[in-house]
Formats: sequence, structure tokens, C-alpha cells
Amino acid sequence: MNRRAIFMTLCAAFIPYSVYVYTQGTEASHIRAMSEEARYGQQLFQEFNCIACHQFYGLGGYMGPDLTNVVSSRGSAYARAFLMSGTQRMPNFNLNESELDAMVAYLEFVDTTGRYPADDYQINWYGTVVQSDE
Amino acid sequence: MTSDDDGDDRDMIGLQFLRLGMLALAAGMFFGVIGGFQFLFPEFLRELLFTKTRPLHVSLVISWIFLASIGGIYYYLVTQCKLKLFSPRAANWHFWIFVVTGLAILACYFAGRFGGREYFEYPAVLSIPIFLSWIIFGVNYFKTVFKSTEPWPVYYWMWGTGIIFFFITFSEAYLWLIPYFRESMVREITVQWKSYGALTGSWNMLVYGTAIFVASRISENPQLARSRMAYGLYFLGLFNLMFGWAHHIYLVPSAPWLRSLAYAVSMTELLVLGKILWDWRASLASYQIHKHGNAYRFLFAADIWIFINLVVALIISVPALNLYTHGTHITVAHAMGSTIGINTMILLASVFFVIREELPAEVHSGCSKQVTFGYRMANVSLAVFFVSLILAGLGKGFYGGGSFQEMMLSIRPFLLVFAVSGVTLMLGIWIVLFSALRLINLRLSLASRGAFAAEY
Ligand code: HEC
Repeated sequence: MNRRAIFMTLCAAFIPYSVYVYTQGTEASHIRAMSEEARYGQQLFQEFNCIACHQFYGLGGYMGPDLTNVVSSRGSAYARAFLMSGTQRMPNFNLNESELDAMVAYLEFVDTTGRYPADDYQINWYGTVVQSDE
Repeated sequence: MTSDDDGDDRDMIGLQFLRLGMLALAAGMFFGVIGGFQFLFPEFLRELLFTKTRPLHVSLVISWIFLASIGGIYYYLVTQCKLKLFSPRAANWHFWIFVVTGLAILACYFAGRFGGREYFEYPAVLSIPIFLSWIIFGVNYFKTVFKSTEPWPVYYWMWGTGIIFFFITFSEAYLWLIPYFRESMVREITVQWKSYGALTGSWNMLVYGTAIFVASRISENPQLARSRMAYGLYFLGLFNLMFGWAHHIYLVPSAPWLRSLAYAVSMTELLVLGKILWDWRASLASYQIHKHGNAYRFLFAADIWIFINLVVALIISVPALNLYTHGTHITVAHAMGSTIGINTMILLASVFFVIREELPAEVHSGCSKQVTFGYRMANVSLAVFFVSLILAGLGKGFYGGGSFQEMMLSIRPFLLVFAVSGVTLMLGIWIVLFSALRLINLRLSLASRGAFAAEY
């Protein structure tokens, strides 16, 4: 048994696989492209480290709710209200108007990219989940 | 270091990494405990925001895993595998770059300057020195082990793989800097998870390699690291690391086959589970008799945690079940069970193995009362901690009601138990660390006085 050969084979499979993941594998049906404003919101989201308490698609901290679909389930105005005042648990980040707009634009953008948690899906006999929009 | 005895000088870099790692763990657990209470009582230490305590906790404990693995590798290569380190000076550079960058990262967190990415919450520029230090480590490692004339035992493979995958995780984690990646949410989340697959894969390779090394030494059975089974499990692990990560993104609309493949790949871990059960009795009998009482005991605990975590991992890798568990505290339970129960126990075994080798006159083969007490306290606390997270996760995953606030209220009792057991867990580990640090310090101070050679 040649260990080096096995190692090389696995690596050889991993490279095209990675390239596929970076390209077609994630070529999702985006409803819209990310606007400049949403891009700014994304940057703010990182600077304020919102991910410490919130998640997108379940990735992030658990102190606050997942924000993937907060816009379609609660509305932009609702999200904006939270950001403006903070809560007992969520700090008020004292965002100015344009920062608030950007943050909401970013949340709106994320909302168009998929459903999380899944609300309309089917489970196959072997345990996989298929969402209705796939 | 003043000693001019080459042999004495060489091993100290390993011990320094171990010491730094233990300090990081002690501090990291402290911030974890604060964070746990902030979760429940938002007023608790409000000045030190949760946005700060969380990354302080995460970065420090991840550093512990890497530092302790690296320290073990430097030490074992030189003193146990009898290889000559390619460049001891580079190893020193590695250490100091790590110290300085680490302090800079902590300072950024305290100052509230974030990069805001999961796991790498510090400003992105600070990754450059980390990347650099890994290049130094990688070159040093490979240049050293390539000197070995015999076929590599499996731990050389694993350590090397861990180093390579660290570069992959790091490169992928920063792909978001390119607009092509960050402007597509699906790509952004998917690549991020792919990168974290390589991150945990990387440290698991380093840690499991260490476990096999220590186990083969204390059982005095080098076959453990050279059998077909050992290499077989290594390749299975590598296969999982490469293709299994997509079990984290079952609900992200990427190409469906990526996710089905990950499901199938994840299930191959059942083989590992079977193997563990098969070996269970044999492994008990073979180590017990030996002189490394402390190291043996921590490996034993790791064995049990591997079993428990594998069962949980297999369950939550089934997409239909993952639907309920993803994004809940069950994921946290799984992460804590593996990083504390498995990785930390293994690395503590490694630390005590090193201590016993270095200070045979100071440490007895059995376990001191202090370590025994800390060990028991930590493991019992971890069990309570783990169960309370699972229950909190089930509460969240199956919550049928409306608001997030009500859901959090309903799982509050579990989170309270979680926070309290976190305190006793920290105290248990602190007791163990205190004992280990005292001995490592003793060894380092002997070396720096050049007195070691004279005394032993
Ligand atoms: C310290 C933790 C924390 C941080 C940091 C934080 N949040 Fe929150 N957030 C919460 C909590 C907790 C809630 C739920 C309301 C509550 O319980 O007070 C919440 C609620 C929200 C909501 C309403 C969601 C819903 O479904 O009800 C939005 C939108 C939001 N946060 C956005 C943000 C953004 C954007 C940032 C970064 C600028 C951020 N949050 C930072 C804790 C946090």
C-alpha cells in the first residue's frame, strides 16, 4: 500500500472539488445583486461584531435570533427599530441615519438569498431535506 | 537561555509553547465563564460587552489547542523521536511572533476593534503575522521530519496534514476579502464553512497525532502508530475533513450534491465508532500498568468523550435531524464536548507526559491528589455542562411558540445549569493547570539557570 499515493489522490480530488465549490457549486439563484449600500452594511455588521450574538444560516453566536429572514418575517421597519434603540440585551450602537439604512439594506439583501430555518420542505426516506425552492 | 548544552537548550521551546498554551486556556475559560453569565444576565459586567468576551474566549481557547499541540510537536520531535530540529532559531521566532500577535489581538478585542468574522473576530491584518509564523513552523517541521530515514509513523503524517490544512483554512477564511466571494451570500457562507471544516480538521490532526504519539509511548507499543488500522483511520479522517464539512450547510442553497456527499461522508465515521467499541477493552488493559498515571488518565477521559461526541455528531449529521439541531446549543454541546472533552484532555495528557519525562524525580507515576481532584471535578462538570447544552438545544430546536424571547425564557433553567457548571469546570481545569504550570516552570527555571544537567 502506497501511502503517498493515497494522500496525493485525495489531494487531487480536493482541488477540483474546491474550485467547484468556489464557482458553480455556489452559483445560487440570487434575486438581486448586492448594492453598494448593502455592501456598506455588511462592513458595519463586521465592525460591530454582530455575529457574536446573531447568526446567518445558523452560523454565529446564540444570544440573539438568527437574522437570515428577519426582513421577510418581521419587516424592515421592525429591524430598523431594533437597531435604533437596542434592547435590554442588545446594545444600542448609536448608528446614524446612513448607517441604519445600510444595515437594513444588508439584512434585506441577505433575506433574498434563501430560507433559514426551512419552512417549506420535504424529507426523503434516507434522511435528506429538500426545500421547495431548490 | 544560557545553557550551552545543546540538548538542554533544544527542548525548551516546546515547553515554552506548552506554558503559553496553558496560560491561554486558563484565561480563555475565564472569559467563557463571564460570557456564560452575560448570556443570562445582560447587566453582568456590561462594560465588557459580550461582543468582546465571546471572541476573547474563543480566540484564547483555540490558541491553547494550537499552542499545546505545537509545543508537544517541537518537544517530541527532538527529545523523543531523536530528530535534530532544522532550525531552533526559527522555532524561537515562531514563538515570539505568536506572543506579540496574540497580545495585539487581545488588545483589539478590549478596544472593541473587530474583524467580525466567526472564529476570526480580530481585524484581518493581524492574520498576516499568524500566517507568517505558520510558514516558519511548516518549513521547520517538514525540513526536520524529512531527515527521518525510516517510514513515517502515522503521527508524522497527521502533524504534517494539520499544518497544511491550517494554510487552507486560513486562505479560505480570508477569501471574503475578494468581492466575488463576499457579494454572494451563498458562496460566502459556504466557503466559510468549508474553511471551518479545514480549521477543526487541522487542529484535530495535530491533536489526534499527539494522542497516538502519547498512547504509543505509554503503552510502549510503537505498532499503535504504524499499523494498517492506524493509517486507515488517518485517511478516513482526512477524507472526512476534506468532504464532510458541508453537513454544516444543509439549508444553504448550494449545489445539492455537495450536501448529499457530506452526509454520506459523515456517516463513514460510523466505522470509527465501531472500531472504538471493538478496541475498548484492549486499550484499557494495555496502558493501565504503566508509569504515566496522569497522562493515561487524561487519555482515558478523552476516549470516553470521543465515544459520546461521535454519537452526537452522527445523529446531527443526518439532514432530517440537523433541521432541528442546527443553530442550536446542540452544536455548542458538540463543539464543547470535542474541544474540552477530547482535545483538551488529550493535550493535558501530553503535558503530563512531557512533565513526567522531564522531571522524573519530581513527579510520581501515580497521580497527585490535586490533579486527581481537578480531573474529577472537570470531567463531572463537563458532563453536566454538556447535558444542559443538549437540553437547551432541544428546547430551542423544538420550540413551537412565537417569539425568540419566550423561547429563551423556556430554556433559561438549562442555561443556568450550563453557566454554573461552567464555573466548576473552569475551577477543575485551573487546579490541573496550576499543578502542571508549577512543574513546567520548575523545569524551565532549571534550564535557564543551566542547573539541570548538574542536578540530574
Ligand atoms: C450582545 C448581543 C447582541 C449584539 C452584539 C447584537 N444584537 Fe441584535 N439582538 C440581540 C438580542 C438578544 C435580540 C433579541 C431581542 C432581545 O431579546 O432583546 C436582538 C435582536 C435583533 C434584531 C431583531 C431580530 C428579531 O427577529 O426579533 C435585529 C434586526 C438585530 N438584533 C440586529 C443586530 C445587528 C445588525 C447587530 C450589529 C450591529 C446586532 N443586532 C448586535 C443581541 C445582540
